Amino acid sequence: MRRIALLSVLVLAVGARSAFAQEAGEAALSAPDTAWMLVSTALVLLMTPALAFFYGGLVRSKNALNTMMMSFIALGVAGVLWVLLGYSIAFGGGNAVVGDFSMALLQGVGLEPSGSIPHLLFMAFQGTFAIITAALISGAVVERMRFGAYLVFIALWGLLVYAPVAHWVWGGGWLGDLGALDFAGGAVVHVNAGAAAVVAALVLGTRKDYGRQALLPHNVPFVLLGAGLLWFGWFGFNGGSALASNEIAALAFVNTMLAPMATLVVWTLLDYTRTQKVTAVGVATAIVVGLVAITPAAGFISPLFALVLGGLAALPSYYVIMWRARTRLDDSLDVFAAHGVGGLTGALLTGVFAEEAINGTADGLLFGNVAQFGIQVLSVVAVFAYSGLLTYVILKGMGLVMEIRAIPKEEGLGMDIVNHGEEAYTNGEGAVLLLDEEVAAIVSQGDGMTKAASM
Amino acid sequence: MKLIKAIIRPDKLNDVLKVLFQADVRGLTVSHVRGHGGETESVETYRGTTVKMELTEKVMLDIGVSEPFVDTTVEAILQVARTGEVGDGKIFVLPVEKIYRIRTGEEDVAAVTPIA
Repeated sequence: MRRIALLSVLVLAVGARSAFAQEAGEAALSAPDTAWMLVSTALVLLMTPALAFFYGGLVRSKNALNTMMMSFIALGVAGVLWVLLGYSIAFGGGNAVVGDFSMALLQGVGLEPSGSIPHLLFMAFQGTFAIITAALISGAVVERMRFGAYLVFIALWGLLVYAPVAHWVWGGGWLGDLGALDFAGGAVVHVNAGAAAVVAALVLGTRKDYGRQALLPHNVPFVLLGAGLLWFGWFGFNGGSALASNEIAALAFVNTMLAPMATLVVWTLLDYTRTQKVTAVGVATAIVVGLVAITPAAGFISPLFALVLGGLAALPSYYVIMWRARTRLDDSLDVFAAHGVGGLTGALLTGVFAEEAINGTADGLLFGNVAQFGIQVLSVVAVFAYSGLLTYVILKGMGLVMEIRAIPKEEGLGMDIVNHGEEAYTNGEGAVLLLDEEVAAIVSQGDGMTKAASM
Repeated sequence: MKLIKAIIRPDKLNDVLKVLFQADVRGLTVSHVRGHGGETESVETYRGTTVKMELTEKVMLDIGVSEPFVDTTVEAILQVARTGEVGDGKIFVLPVEKIYRIRTGEEDVAAVTPIA
């Protein structure tokens, strides 16, 4: 009894302090909200290394490091550019189409509240989204894109595509004004990355072995690990998009648990019906597809509809994967099928299942409102078109001044050795330690990678 | 009867297998090996140390064939596994004393003749 009394006193004290802070005019900085957003930011950041494992396990071992590096490096390149410029382009005042530079170099981005959390934290949380969106695209260009070119690409893409699209939907731009519903980034992150992936895969061309050899995942346990960690992080991705520690965060969180569960079940049935074998890679993919699909809807629909949405989302992505493997489109890790199609499905179903009673948004198609569905369609089409077009322009422009693709011999050797001078799996047999003088001799003789043949 | 040992680039294995299977040479053993021929050594970097990789990954095929198939096999591998760059590999043709098929106990040429 005494313990409960003590606890109640503590709770009241905390509550009283927040209320007092409000009265004192501190614009409602909320400790619980801040705590949850701190955790969410960390969770979403974890999603990028998780993606590295998901993608890394799916490629051949000679390309494992390069594939994982494309995710990890986004933490640096996309992250820094977001802090310096991207955040302002996305969330600065500006106009209906793009923000401005008012918050470049973090001007005006301090510890004062933005909503109920410190502005700096909001910027950081959004930054983790910018990072992973760029990294997602890498799945379409693995095993053949030059690493330097990839760095230039994500730098440009983050500023010219991601930030403006984020502005359109979340930063006070035209899609948000029209009432487009995108709780955590179905359009901004997934349709966006999916469109870029298709274009990048087409511009780069197929891998030399595509369609001629079986290109198998080298480490399926990594794929499962990646999917699991992605799910864990996604609770921050969707739950944190409530920007508060409240019942909407709880709804988004639970929907993020439920939808992929349903996708998993349906995908399992699809696999079982087709081949009588349910694969681990399929299960990992199903989890990601479900998470993608619930992303735009998480805080807008009821849990039962989250299950329905998750189950339905399995179908288009499953069949697009089957279809794509038979085409000349080498979207190697099916970024379009999982993120493009998954995001599209989720965005459209948001326009079906949204309920005003839940979060104050417009009702969806199921509740008699056709207009919302139309707005969702428009948002998907607009993001897809813009992202696709700009990605094409960026890559073609880059192609004019640099080689973006590895030559066949390099593809044969593997991107790890060629791009990074490293091997993922080596026991060091035949490796000889070079002393500084020897290194200098080698570098001066050739391009630093090889010296003249001895025979 | 000969044992053909071919050391080829890992990248070329699938093409070689395809051509061999087409030529009805289906009995073979594949191992992953590291080796050195005349090729250049690549330099790798690990945490501040620079390392010269003197051994390169290769694939070795052991193919036991009867006389009529020796030329076909060698020609097939020479054609398909060649890239023109240093490091394409070698083929050794060794004489073999006896061959047995474990399942049936067949010997010599019968042991390397596919069952129709």
